[in-house]
Amino acid sequence: MAQPATPITIDAESAADPVLSARPENRVWKKFRNHRSAMLGGVLVVSFCAIALLAPILPIPDPFATDWGAVRKAPSAAHWLGTDELGRDVLSRLIWGAQASLLAGVVSVAIALGLGVPLGIIAGYFGGWTDAVISRCTEALLAAPFLILAIALAAFLGPSLTNAMIAIGISATPVFIRLTRGQVLSVAAEDYVESARAIGLSTPRILRRYIFPNVLPPVLVQATLTVATAIIAEASLSFLGLGQQPPSPSWGSMLNTAKNFLNQAPWMALWPGIAIFMVVLGFNLLGDGLRDALDPREH
Amino acid sequence: MLSFILRRLVIAIPTIILISVFVFTLQKLLPGDPVLAMAGEERDPQVLEFLREKYRLNDPIPVQYFTWIGNALTGDLGISLRTNQPVLELIGQKLPVTIQLATMAMIFAMVIGIPAGIFSAVKKGTVTDYVANVVALSGLSIPNFWLGIMLILLVSVKWKLLPASGYVPLSEDPIRSITVMLMPAFVLGTALAATLMRHTRSAMLSVMSSDYVRTARAKGLVERKVILKHAFRNALTPIVTLTALLFGELIAGAVLTEQIFTIPGFGKLVVDAVFNRDYAVVQGIVLVTAVGFIFMNLLADVAYVLLNPRLRKQ
Repeated sequence: MAQPATPITIDAESAADPVLSARPENRVWKKFRNHRSAMLGGVLVVSFCAIALLAPILPIPDPFATDWGAVRKAPSAAHWLGTDELGRDVLSRLIWGAQASLLAGVVSVAIALGLGVPLGIIAGYFGGWTDAVISRCTEALLAAPFLILAIALAAFLGPSLTNAMIAIGISATPVFIRLTRGQVLSVAAEDYVESARAIGLSTPRILRRYIFPNVLPPVLVQATLTVATAIIAEASLSFLGLGQQPPSPSWGSMLNTAKNFLNQAPWMALWPGIAIFMVVLGFNLLGDGLRDALDPREH
Repeated sequence: MLSFILRRLVIAIPTIILISVFVFTLQKLLPGDPVLAMAGEERDPQVLEFLREKYRLNDPIPVQYFTWIGNALTGDLGISLRTNQPVLELIGQKLPVTIQLATMAMIFAMVIGIPAGIFSAVKKGTVTDYVANVVALSGLSIPNFWLGIMLILLVSVKWKLLPASGYVPLSEDPIRSITVMLMPAFVLGTALAATLMRHTRSAMLSVMSSDYVRTARAKGLVERKVILKHAFRNALTPIVTLTALLFGELIAGAVLTEQIFTIPGFGKLVVDAVFNRDYAVVQGIVLVTAVGFIFMNLLADVAYVLLNPRLRKQ
């Protein structure tokens, strides 16, 4: 005998709860807005982006202007964060350096997303040999530690900010391939994708309309966290002399120079490090908050 | 267990082959003629042709690959352009230094990260938990090369407590060797401690809501026993697996730490090779690191099976 279907009931408490009854996008935004550390991360990231974008119009000295009369001067009213070994204003170089660091973080992740997401979708959706080849290549790239791979690629491509971004982007790609593939595998087995196939929708349309939007949330979280990793990686490459080349300012190259003057001018090493720490912390807090907001188990 | 290890080794073979193809392709992507780089100032066509023949650069690329991988399988990863030493010998000399550094960093990370993770999970939702999380996230966000510079400034330059750089072999003077490595190991272990703390907290939280922990509490066991004997023991499996995986990351992370503290290890070898355009060494390092990483993955899998009685029975 067939069992009677369990009636679907909505208790008064759930119906009244604005979080549970809201649309998913609103619910996620509401959770994100209430996540204090995520908001702090957001404020940090937006502040650094604003500083980097406004660098050309801020009333600060030329970051390239040397002043032999003000070599390695401690912080003062004239130079709020002091000067470096060539008498250049540290604050000015820090602000202009934000452009290089943030650009490197964003462009590297854009490269990784541009390569990783399509390859992950292809591997997960089509399966078979395509999946086998892409997955094995991904495993091979994942086997080489991120920084070693980035250093090797930057070394082979030549030292410059552009090449550092390419090297970091390629090194970060396997993570996105693997993540996207896994998401596609679970989404492609859903009933609504089966139904889309059954009504004869074309593969590109299914991928665009049903697969891609459902793959996006975890990819977005990973992308935010990877920007943090990429900023540290760019700073590391610049610190080693494989990223931004002098005299252009970047936080990593500023630290590279500063390590030679630790005794005489410790402020040269202090501020770029704090800047890297703050911006990376911002992206990490933002990524953690996004993950919590998008996680259905947390509802 | 043996069949499991063998099966995992077989699965690793295609990955290793692909890594070797990738490493070989890196060299081929280099702009310019490698023979000109090897010959230096020498531009005699006969010498250049001799070098091309010697290194079989006139062969088709697939043949060159098979020659290279054949040599690599016998331990011949080429000769360093700078020191004229075999690449494998160079790596063999530098690796023990980095392994000592990585082991000390791992000990630091475990001593700090695991208890902090347990404490944070037990005190979930309290100020202690919040502070521990903020500290862990800060640990993940600090660039370790900057932390190194700041520690040198404070501990070595200002307070004169520990040496700022150098290396003493463990076999020569164990106490001094460990003292010199303390600061670099702390720097390298910081991010790892943060990662371990976050994973321990998460593993403990998932175990502490399970039925057997509730049963242990219902039996009237003291809380310390419930946490350490019942919860932590079961949360240990993912932590041990992660620790094995992170050891590979430590070797890579040592690149910058060794550079700052002037430690003559594997990481410094990478940087020196990069700046001297010693591509055979760079290739060898990527290949050896990747194979080592696969080996650590295998160890992590074996540890996972050994620690989990249900998987062991399967």
